[in-house]
Amino acid sequence: MFENLWINGEEAVAIILFGIGFTMLLFQRNLLKKLIGMNIMDTGVFLFLASMGYIEGRKAPIVTNGVLDTAAYINPVPAGLVLTGIVVSVSVTAVMLSLVIRLYKRYHTLDLDEIYVLSKHQMEDR
Amino acid sequence: MKERFFKWFYGESDPMEHILDCAEVPDESREEWKYEEHEIEREISRRVHTQSVIRAERRGFYAFYLIIAVISCLMLIGVLLFTVSQLPRYGVENPRAKEVIERYVEKGLEETGAVNIVSGMILDYRAFDTLGESHVLFTALLCVMILLRLDEKNKRTRYENYYTVLADPYYDISTDPIMRIAATITLPSIFLFGIYILLNGQISPGGGFSGGAVMGAALIIYAAAFGFTVTDRVFTYRMSRCITFLSLAFYSFAKGYVFFTGANGIPNGVPKGTPGAVLSGGLILPLDIAVGMVVACTMFGFYSLFRRGSIGGE
Amino acid sequence: MSLLVIFRSILLILLIVCAIAVNLTKDLLRAVIIFMSYSSIMCLIWILMESPDLAITEAAVGAGISGTLFLVTLKKLRAEDHTEENE
Repeated sequence: MFENLWINGEEAVAIILFGIGFTMLLFQRNLLKKLIGMNIMDTGVFLFLASMGYIEGRKAPIVTNGVLDTAAYINPVPAGLVLTGIVVSVSVTAVMLSLVIRLYKRYHTLDLDEIYVLSKHQMEDR
Repeated sequence: MKERFFKWFYGESDPMEHILDCAEVPDESREEWKYEEHEIEREISRRVHTQSVIRAERRGFYAFYLIIAVISCLMLIGVLLFTVSQLPRYGVENPRAKEVIERYVEKGLEETGAVNIVSGMILDYRAFDTLGESHVLFTALLCVMILLRLDEKNKRTRYENYYTVLADPYYDISTDPIMRIAATITLPSIFLFGIYILLNGQISPGGGFSGGAVMGAALIIYAAAFGFTVTDRVFTYRMSRCITFLSLAFYSFAKGYVFFTGANGIPNGVPKGTPGAVLSGGLILPLDIAVGMVVACTMFGFYSLFRRGSIGGE
Repeated sequence: MSLLVIFRSILLILLIVCAIAVNLTKDLLRAVIIFMSYSSIMCLIWILMESPDLAITEAAVGAGISGTLFLVTLKKLRAEDHTEENE
């Protein structure tokens, strides 16, 4: 069942990275570690997507010497998609980090369970 | 042996500490922000109380959550790895999805005028996605500004005021001689490199995002090494607003014009130039500059908002 | 097993080792530094997959700007610890 994993090495590593990031999201209690896990998930998805476009023996998609044949360049479409994705990933990270700063100013802790208990007790006190 | 390895691993001992001279450690016992005894005790008792409350209320939830989390992680990774092993072989071309690639590669040079196929694709054939992505950057800057901006309503705390308004020789790194000398030597090359990537987006690898990111990083080093008073002369809040708005508006109008004439079959009057020159590729060079400006302003805006709570130092 | 295959396998295994190391450290500063090195290894992998645009963007954004934002957040959180509570 798993005999092709060594041949599709890069895609398997991308899935393992996605799994490691997902594990960090679920099991870590610190908010900053959860954010790093989300970033690792993002890079795993980009590695999977861009490895779909690689064809062995061909070169980067920049026209040299006027060769306009499809059989001389790799697939350029996934590279364009990943380029947009990288910039969106850093935007999402910046917004999440500012949310972490505001949460810390309010509750003075980075532990998600403590924030939950404190917010529940403060809602009951009101 | 094992204890020595773990001491080094956890950072408790440094094998080079008698060989290298250590830098001066800043004085942690300054009077302005020293903890009082009753504040420390209050904080510790609060945390102990919260932890006991957590353990009392949410113990059943923790066991349930742990089991479900382990099962779902293993199932997710297992199913995805099984799917990867069924995929076609890595590095071999897909024989079924070839029409779009043939159109982009074979007609790309004569229809867009760009030698770099990826740049021509994201700024000519699929320019709508790039427009949406620039707006995502702009929206992210707006969200961070809403959350982190300090004005009269959320006042600056005393530490933030001291740190941003006056120059603190221990906590402000702009008085560090290593940073200043390194920035003086390397910053002109980094700026030039960023501009070079931006302008040569259509004839060599690079483009709008890469050039803008490198220029944004150069602005961050400039602000960190020489202080914010120097960048405030050039990069004010009004200038940042004008640059982002004008770039996005120019992108929308230019691409709107090209879409309109292309959909109705009229040839648009944008010259293509000779492939391989800097001034080639029709509208790709101005759009590259617009995207690069948005990215650079956004990256510097993030850094400035995180450090001191405002973009232009008002 | 050509040299290129060995080099690529070493880089991929190093990627997984870096990701697990970020998971297991308890110090936040150390986790951010390992994350920046993880991003730089990713940049090398992009070059091996013949996409130079992605390599430049990942080097500037992943290791540069995203890592710097994490470090500035850490500095601001430790600054928060020092404020007086009756301010």
